[in-house]
Amino acid sequence: MKAISAISKATQGSELLTVSNLCLLINKTLKTLTLPAVGILVFLLLWQLMANNIITSLGQFPGPSQVWEQSKTLVVEHQRERKKEAAFYERQEKRNAKKLEKNPDATVKIRAYTGKATFVDQIATSLLTVAFGFMIATLVAVPLGIICGLSESAYRCVNPIIQTFKPVSPLAWLPLVTMVVSALYVTNDPIFEKAFLTSAFTVALCCLWPTVVNTIVGVASIDRDLINVSRVLQLGTATHIRKIVIPSAIPMIFTGLRLSLATGWMVLIAAEMLAQNPGLGKFIWDEFQNGSSNSLGRIMAAVLVIGVIGFILDSLMLTLQKRVSWDKQAILR
Amino acid sequence: MKKNYLEISQVGIEFATEGEPFRALQNVNLAIAKGEFISLIGHSGCGKSTVLNIVAGLYEATEGGVILEGREVDEPGPDRAVVFQNHALLPWLTVYQNVELAVKCVFKKSKSKTEIRDWVEHNLSLVHMDHALHKLPAELSGGMKQRVGIARCLAMQPKMLLMDEPFGALDALTRAHLQDSLMEIQQQLGNTVIMITHDVDEAVLLSDRIVMMTNGPAASIGEVLRIDLPRPRDRVILADDSAFNNYRQQVLRFLYEKQKNPATKKIQAA
Repeated sequence: MKAISAISKATQGSELLTVSNLCLLINKTLKTLTLPAVGILVFLLLWQLMANNIITSLGQFPGPSQVWEQSKTLVVEHQRERKKEAAFYERQEKRNAKKLEKNPDATVKIRAYTGKATFVDQIATSLLTVAFGFMIATLVAVPLGIICGLSESAYRCVNPIIQTFKPVSPLAWLPLVTMVVSALYVTNDPIFEKAFLTSAFTVALCCLWPTVVNTIVGVASIDRDLINVSRVLQLGTATHIRKIVIPSAIPMIFTGLRLSLATGWMVLIAAEMLAQNPGLGKFIWDEFQNGSSNSLGRIMAAVLVIGVIGFILDSLMLTLQKRVSWDKQAILR
Repeated sequence: MKKNYLEISQVGIEFATEGEPFRALQNVNLAIAKGEFISLIGHSGCGKSTVLNIVAGLYEATEGGVILEGREVDEPGPDRAVVFQNHALLPWLTVYQNVELAVKCVFKKSKSKTEIRDWVEHNLSLVHMDHALHKLPAELSGGMKQRVGIARCLAMQPKMLLMDEPFGALDALTRAHLQDSLMEIQQQLGNTVIMITHDVDEAVLLSDRIVMMTNGPAASIGEVLRIDLPRPRDRVILADDSAFNNYRQQVLRFLYEKQKNPATKKIQAA
């Protein structure tokens, strides 16, 4: 009897558990999925309504449906281009094989395909450029920030320079960087294209500052007690930086890095547009110059892709920050 | 027992401020024997921590000096370990790693890898924290964190153990536990200790001598009270002990009659 009642109790308990679990699950999905979906739907609706009322010289402003159509076309164009490229190389190989059949000593050449860069190619170029620029900026900014955070004198020396260059727009840098790269980067066998370097350096110059400033603040605000611990243990400078300074400043460094990456991504599009360097910015500019009835839709597709990529980049940094940070209780968003 | 293991002589310190320099300490003289447990007691702002920081080498005295075992103290070092009020554990290192960092700094050359590991674990078991070796400080209670802080200092085998209100941030029960642990460890290892406290009971229970400080500015040592209670001491038995209560009263009288709290003085003046 006892056993039976115990079992029935247990099953009741588990049923209750599943019901309450279900409620929780529904609640959670409502918060994490449904509400954002509602937001997006309302936005799309408003967008369509407004688009219907805006007539430009290139036709009607694209609504969500037109943009969707154009996005599909962009992907199809990319696939077509890839097929053409594959066919091009296949033709060459066949021709070369024939040549070699006739004369085994013949010199054969493979010519590179020089088709137009597609939307997807431009995305890849932009991502590579921003990654390179961001990497340069990080390699300079973090050590500089640590030095200035540790030494009041270094900070006082560098601060006016930081404050002067921080508000400079990327567009102001661009002509200078372009000329400097052209002047200094002269090799017969370039690893990087000049346009790539120009964009990357412009990105680096602009996304240096948030990381520098935040690293300085992070390093300068280390708990006094921890510094005293380090002094009592007589840690050497290198160990002090590795064991105390960097871990303690990591949250602020990452705040800076995230701001930097977001800035870098914005700067890159502007730089590509202005300098006609390959990438998403150039894609938008080309479409604008092209001025067909589809152009606005294609530009809008690019705008959305730029936004989504920016969002993904930030999420990646956030994930990295969560992994690296020791403070698992901190709420990061 | 050698009387002058640590000698604080004619120590005074001035801090630079916007206007006139602020004189925090003047004419502080104290000689401490090896293995002695000293408590520094006094009202807030009387410069207790400043004395401790000068001994630690974290502050530099404006005049006078500190001599430890015949050598002048001129910089902080692991031979004068400091237990901070707020534990000061590195939050990104586990309990074990926190102690290991200190052990590696002191015994890098003299101990092998396994010896270092054993020594870290031994010291953590002294403070009864060997069950939480791989936890982060954030996962521990305040009392446990302070235990680890003490273990870190013990593991350095310092000549002096300097404790800056080590139990000040803890609740009464946890504090009592830690005081008992500290007495037990002191019985075993015979460290030379300077401890800052606000708690009269704590001072009488733990100390060999209580150093009472006058109010700042230009604070100095007012009285020194020797506590001749047999060890090991038991708080429950001592609660009824007339000698214990007599010592307590002497400290209280110093603090509340001879050296009225500067804050209350101001209120009376107003």
